[in-house]
Amino acid sequence: MNSAKSTVPFKGTPEQEAELLRVIEEKKSDKGALMPILQKAQEIYGYLPIEVQKIISDNTGIPLEKIYGVVTFYAQFSLYPKGEYTISVCLGTACYVKGSGDIYDKLQEKLGIGGGECTPDGKFSLDACRCIGACGLAPVMTVNEDVYGRLTVDDIDTILAKYA
Amino acid sequence: MADLTVKINGMEMTVPAGTTVLEAAHMAGIEIPTLCYMKEINEIGACRICVTEVNEGRGFRLVAACVYPCSNNMEILTSSPKVIAARKKTLELILSDHDRKCLSCVRSGNCELQKLCKDYGIDDASLYDGVKNEYEIDDSAAHMYRDNNKCILCRRCVAVCAKTQGIGVIGANERGFKTYIGSAFDMGLGETSCVSCGQCIAVCPVGAISEKDYTKEVLAAIADPEKTVLVQTAPAVRAGLAECFGNPIGTNAEGRMAAALRRLGFDKVFDTDFSADLTIMEEATEFLDRVQNGGVLPMITSCSPGWIKFCEHYYPEMIPHLSTCKSPQQMFGATAKTYYAEKMGIDPKNIVMVSIMPCTAKKFEIGRPDQSAAGVPDVDFALTTRELGRMIERAGINFNALPEEKFDDPLGLSTGAGVIFGATGGVMEAALRTAVYTLTGNEVTDLPEVRGTEGIKEATYNVGGMDVKVCVASGLSNAREVLEKVKRGEADYQFIEIMACPGGCVNGGGQPQVPMGVRNFVDIRAERAKVLYNLDKSMPLRQSHHNPAVKALYDEYLEKPGSHKAHEILHTSYVKRSVN
Ligand code: SF4
Ligand code: SF4
Ligand code: SF4
Ligand code: FES
Repeated sequence: MNSAKSTVPFKGTPEQEAELLRVIEEKKSDKGALMPILQKAQEIYGYLPIEVQKIISDNTGIPLEKIYGVVTFYAQFSLYPKGEYTISVCLGTACYVKGSGDIYDKLQEKLGIGGGECTPDGKFSLDACRCIGACGLAPVMTVNEDVYGRLTVDDIDTILAKYA
Repeated sequence: MADLTVKINGMEMTVPAGTTVLEAAHMAGIEIPTLCYMKEINEIGACRICVTEVNEGRGFRLVAACVYPCSNNMEILTSSPKVIAARKKTLELILSDHDRKCLSCVRSGNCELQKLCKDYGIDDASLYDGVKNEYEIDDSAAHMYRDNNKCILCRRCVAVCAKTQGIGVIGANERGFKTYIGSAFDMGLGETSCVSCGQCIAVCPVGAISEKDYTKEVLAAIADPEKTVLVQTAPAVRAGLAECFGNPIGTNAEGRMAAALRRLGFDKVFDTDFSADLTIMEEATEFLDRVQNGGVLPMITSCSPGWIKFCEHYYPEMIPHLSTCKSPQQMFGATAKTYYAEKMGIDPKNIVMVSIMPCTAKKFEIGRPDQSAAGVPDVDFALTTRELGRMIERAGINFNALPEEKFDDPLGLSTGAGVIFGATGGVMEAALRTAVYTLTGNEVTDLPEVRGTEGIKEATYNVGGMDVKVCVASGLSNAREVLEKVKRGEADYQFIEIMACPGGCVNGGGQPQVPMGVRNFVDIRAERAKVLYNLDKSMPLRQSHHNPAVKALYDEYLEKPGSHKAHEILHTSYVKRSVN
């Protein structure tokens, strides 16, 4: 079992909390209130770390585990913030047959995080994506707006170094 | 509503409207297999082992019998070739991601999955093998471990934790093939606000969750010539233990249990019923003191460590309401290692106190602070009824053929008031028997108002001109309901009994597991409780204040109930805990 506790320090503001509490107050007596509350919470904070889920649990009476179960069930929810640099590796067919899977694995190893997660310093987050229409350059990854093509696993260090 | 006519396997019968296919088959004497279904608690139709063919005029099709309602003129086929094939495939698919280690599995012999595989003639368990999930075993909690490699995702544990107990610290995380039962943010169970009740273990069909087993350590202590190994048995154990040896639910095991413990080599075979009587002396005194001297009311009982942990996590503001009495298990250990040790000239450090409990929370309780009257833990090992069953079996003791033997003196002496502690309402009844006597000098015995398996019971008794309003709750979601009422000021009880497990200790998390196919139709709480009430009725002494061993303990050592010394040895304190 690998712990899915976010190690990025939580930087929620009192304004964000006040807004979340307002949303909870408004919705909590509705049937099936949890989904809309979670969607709003993700809008407010960008992700749903334990601190946010606890606020929801404490103020709705819904057990924390139930909330966590819903959050991990739906791909639309994330337990991790986006990093300063968002790395996306294309796992579309063209990239995949050219070895983007290895690149994705290597990035996870180098960054010490899994897909969907963010490094503890908040610098990099890693995601897989579907075809971005640059099949001619396969395999492809992007770092924020920058596109890197015809990659091999050996290129990763140099690319990461640019953003360090 | 009108009755319905249905045809089961060609046989016509009438059933009340609203009957499910599963219930109709049961009425016809046919048990359809189930894995996820728990009546009123887990009706999710998820596992599909109960599929059955029904025809409602548009041809036969497979439905989940556990949740599918009968309709008029429905034809039902409970074991057609199509039904059998579907169930077989479900089992094979479950096995494809199951850690099939029956030879060394704690549930081998009473595993619901194993039985179904045998019944359905599964002869190739690896038919659909492919990628398997691998999970670490979670042994972070004091009382149990979770091994998801054997979990079949039936979610009975989840339902019982959330609904029956109102806690919800376990649930399904992730989705699809990656789904597993765990806690929020993958905390170990020991980091959550799990109250250790073990109700999840009692309902698990397989060997995925179980108590932490200390039988080896107990046998080692017995084999150590330096140690005096004492054993105490909780009231409810005698109402469950015989089930481990094939006896019907509701068999009294008291005499054979004492005989078996002696044959296992315990130096003295004592009875927690003794300290249940002692608890009553202290608790009734505390209650009357609170009533007469303006103490915090309502007072709430403290015998159930699952309830205590629940209160500390979820209702810390109610801690002043808790009786400060240790539980009978702890009072027993404290008495054994002080009074009895002195009397017998044994160094308390050389006493190993073992308790046999229907409960897993007792494993947590023995490690609590402020539970070591003699400077060493009051109790060293708390085993469940199931662990004792295993010890007896392994020792080759022929339980069913044992003679009925008695407990040893003096800590084996008890009254009828002690034995009913194991059923919901029993502590209240026992306490009232003694409180009434203390206030009025009258002896009372049966108080039917507080008996029975309902989750919440209320009664008012006139005691010496004073109205005493009492409430009895079992199952923690019922406890929650009562506490909320008290907090809102809508209830003016003076005395509340709360037990963590529904029906009380007879249905504790450490009692023998009963297959859900039986539990869905038989109230095991009521059947086991009968054993205790029958014992109570048959005893010459039925009020704690008449227990001669308890009287001697006060005369020789503790002075009187509620004395300073009694407080030092028999009372404890509580802590606030957080919710996770
Ligand atoms: S859980 Fe049941 S089927 Fe699985 S290994 Fe244990 S006894 Fe066998
Ligand atoms: S022991 Fe009780 S509280 Fe803990 S997980 Fe099991 S059912 Fe829930
Ligand atoms: S642990 Fe047991 S009760 Fe819980 S889901 Fe798994 S198999 Fe079912
Ligand atoms: S679906 Fe009926 S028992 Fe599981």
